[in-house]
Amino acid sequence: MTRKNVRVKIGEMKTNAGFIKNLELSVGKLVDDSWEEPMGPTPKPGLTTLRNWDLKLLNRYKPFYMPACDLCCLCTFGKCDLTAGKRGACGLTMAAQSSRIVLLACCIGAATHTAHSRHMVHHLIEKYGSRYPLDIGGLNIKVEAPITRLVCGIRPKTLGDLDEVLDYAENQITQALAVVHTGQEGNNLDFESKAFHVGMIDHVGMEVGDIAQVSTLDYPRADPEAPIVEMGIGTVDRSKPVIMAIGHNVVPSVGIIDYMKDNSLDDKLEVVGLCCTAHDITRYWDRGKIIGPISWQLRFIRGGFADVVVLDEQCVRTDASNEAERVKAPVIAASAKNCMGFKDRTNDPADDIVADLVSGKVPGVLILDPDKVGEVAVRVAQKIAPLRKRFNVLPEVNEVVELAKTCRHCNMCQRSCPQDLKVPEAIEAAEEGSLKKLNELYEFCIGCGRCEQICPVNIPIHSLIIKSAEKQLTQEICNCRAGRGAIQDVEIRNVGSPIVLGEIPGILAVVGCSNYPKGGKDVADICREFANRRFIVVTSGCAAMTAGAYKNEEGQTLYDEFSGEFAAGGILNVGSCVANSHIAGAAIKVANIFAKRPLRGNYEEIADYIYNRVGAVGLAWGAYSQKAAAIAAGFWRLGVPVLVGPHGSKYRRMLLGRADKKEDWDVYDARSGDKVNVGPAPEHLFQTVETKEEAMVFIAKLCIRPNDTWKGRSIKLSHYIDLNKRFYGTIPEDLHLFVRTPADIPMTMKDDILKILKGKNWKETIIPDPTLLPRMIRKKRK
Amino acid sequence: MSCEPWQCAEVAATKKAMSITKPEVAVSLIKRAARPILIVGSGAVERELEGRLLIDYLIDFAHASKVPVVATAHIVGEFMKRGFKPSGFMSAMDIGNRLVDPSWMGLDGKGPYDVVLFVALPYYMEAYILSGLMHFAPKLKTITLDNAFHPHASWSFPNSNVKVWSENLKVMTSKFEGGQ
Ligand code: SF4
Ligand code: SF4
Ligand code: SF4
Repeated sequence: MTRKNVRVKIGEMKTNAGFIKNLELSVGKLVDDSWEEPMGPTPKPGLTTLRNWDLKLLNRYKPFYMPACDLCCLCTFGKCDLTAGKRGACGLTMAAQSSRIVLLACCIGAATHTAHSRHMVHHLIEKYGSRYPLDIGGLNIKVEAPITRLVCGIRPKTLGDLDEVLDYAENQITQALAVVHTGQEGNNLDFESKAFHVGMIDHVGMEVGDIAQVSTLDYPRADPEAPIVEMGIGTVDRSKPVIMAIGHNVVPSVGIIDYMKDNSLDDKLEVVGLCCTAHDITRYWDRGKIIGPISWQLRFIRGGFADVVVLDEQCVRTDASNEAERVKAPVIAASAKNCMGFKDRTNDPADDIVADLVSGKVPGVLILDPDKVGEVAVRVAQKIAPLRKRFNVLPEVNEVVELAKTCRHCNMCQRSCPQDLKVPEAIEAAEEGSLKKLNELYEFCIGCGRCEQICPVNIPIHSLIIKSAEKQLTQEICNCRAGRGAIQDVEIRNVGSPIVLGEIPGILAVVGCSNYPKGGKDVADICREFANRRFIVVTSGCAAMTAGAYKNEEGQTLYDEFSGEFAAGGILNVGSCVANSHIAGAAIKVANIFAKRPLRGNYEEIADYIYNRVGAVGLAWGAYSQKAAAIAAGFWRLGVPVLVGPHGSKYRRMLLGRADKKEDWDVYDARSGDKVNVGPAPEHLFQTVETKEEAMVFIAKLCIRPNDTWKGRSIKLSHYIDLNKRFYGTIPEDLHLFVRTPADIPMTMKDDILKILKGKNWKETIIPDPTLLPRMIRKKRK
Repeated sequence: MSCEPWQCAEVAATKKAMSITKPEVAVSLIKRAARPILIVGSGAVERELEGRLLIDYLIDFAHASKVPVVATAHIVGEFMKRGFKPSGFMSAMDIGNRLVDPSWMGLDGKGPYDVVLFVALPYYMEAYILSGLMHFAPKLKTITLDNAFHPHASWSFPNSNVKVWSENLKVMTSKFEGGQ
């Protein structure tokens, strides 16, 4: 480990040379290299260090651009019209501009995670000291920070060690962001390579954040049996004052919970969270409650459930404070990144702030000291709850009908609705006194409020929908498993071989936000389907909540029904957004712990290993954010394909392989150096799927890897064929691309498939020891 | 208002689709095409027009016009259930990606397509793919058969109710030899 800023102070010392008094030495860096693993070829890679690797992937998976805007307006030469081949005033093409926007999104995402982690690490060092040891799984975890080890060549041991990692990440994000300036890169693939780079950095940033909080805040430590926690507004005891935290950075919520504990108030109030803050609240305190994913902010605020709203950072509605003001719930903005226009009261006495908020003198305050946030939030909630009496702004049923009668039937609400929901029809039914159609929209509405913005007669449409579903909303009771954090080394050892040989058909990571095309049930259905098929299903973030939001006939959620182990048939929630790093970490650990590939600063070899051997695929069914873009980019560079739901098409660039171009799919056989055609495995690196049925077929297909043994391949193909038959009503037309020897064919279908293969001119081929890297060819090495 | 994009924010900049004022216009565009293709999305089994599913109108149209059909998402099975075998099925992104490749010789290997008809993808997804084709396959003509105006197409029907839509589809079908 490299240490910075070591200072040695000598008061008095007698030496042969003489007497020394008050000597102070300051050393910038001291290298403590107790880590016996030799440094690999690419520690702390710069912008172009891994460019060759990126280009290998990008030449297979060429970008397909779908510009969201025909113009560029990023500098004062513009606006420039880049339509259909025209170049801008700086010479830029639309392909380059599109990839530049992708890079920008990834920079925003990586900066957001890294800044979040920086804030936490800084705060935790202040609280616990820089020598506080990192421990994310006790004896069960030896490789504590696989991404950091891989990318930076650093093995962090203490909180203080994370500083250097963050220094590197921040440096790289700055470098990458600079590339977006007018007149830098002009080639789209170079922009793309930088997006991959910054995605990799994003994973570093996330990992640092999560291992810092797991180590210090006593979260579950790589625990397959992390507690089952309650979820949904129905689980909240509304006779108590309710504090609702929204966002991603748990630090202010920890201040709240600590204040309650210190003052024996922990059973006197409810602390509930929306989005990743909720996950981390429950990882910290099992009495905390998750009430939903990020897109449900309006329904919970307008429903009047919160007495105090605490906003930290990321994905917080920018009008959350206005909405809270409407229901007379004071707001505490608690992040320097999200001040909401409030006066900074960090240094004011708590008594004064409490008085101002309770009296309504001010609707909200900015407090940047988490302990003070804790005290103020709790005291205000206690005082204001009896005054507010759950005041809400939902109309009464008769008011819904009256409001609906003012509708002009202009259809603009539907035309503004990202889901194209048939709002006008529902309003028309409400006019007649029936709220049934409004109620039917509830599951599909993502709570954006765009319909209300456009309505010419200002009907509070979203509130009408919430009112129509008030009973459902208040009775939402389900379970989530608290985020377990990392995957244990022993779990990796147990599944390493079946994953790499293909006998566990795949690892499915269901991650991301809640911009679902048709409600959340699709997420739960997909998780269940693949857990039943003995895939390993990993969840995180809002998707992890949604997975737990639906019950089976026995009243169990997925987390009650399936084990939390990283094993075939498990469904495990790793935690909040930053915990996504453990999913990448698990893939890396398969290469390192199971296959014993060196990790330290050895990115390309590990990515090549994962790409060719670890049948993992990410599904971000409702991804919407720039952070999700950065997370995906980190997976692309590692060679893990990512699927997004239909709204993901708005990421406006896909990375698609061409199954019809045989020449694209050669790898080297590391044993001989020969080129072997392995078919489109995996076929895409980034792909939008239109329906959940299509998603399921693609998940099965994208888990196919060149290294699969015949047994593994036949298991994978049987899932692929079975899902095809079930959802497409037909046998896949591309089987000949995935069958290498007759032994690959699932037993029960052998004759039928051999017949199909014959018709396609199929020829038997070998199963190589696959690599894209010539330097990995063993023969050549000698 | 009728020629505004269906989803209000889906505006085009300097190049905007021409409006198909009557179905005969679309028919003549298709008849003039050397190699047309029809891409049908998952909405074909979700949209009901005058008591019939959209997919049934489209099968009639495909039979009559002989335009080859590519089914996206999972709906190939829905076509086959109805006794119609599409010329191909693949994800919407895959077909979009192939269409921007001028060297792609089509599903039958006989050469690139010149006119692409779109219908029944989620509106926003169709809009993005059409934008991709507008920018990166400028020689390709794109036509949408939805009842929602798509500004990034070359030609699009204007926004209309389902009654007009079903009428348009019927008229189009009837104008081809096979539809009479
Ligand atoms: S960055 Fe280039 S394309 Fe964009 S506005 Fe400036 S000159 Fe035009
Ligand atoms: S709030 Fe719901 S109904 Fe309104 S536009 Fe958004 S998704 Fe559509
Ligand atoms: S926008 Fe308002 S007035 Fe227009 S149809 Fe919708 S609810 Fe009615």
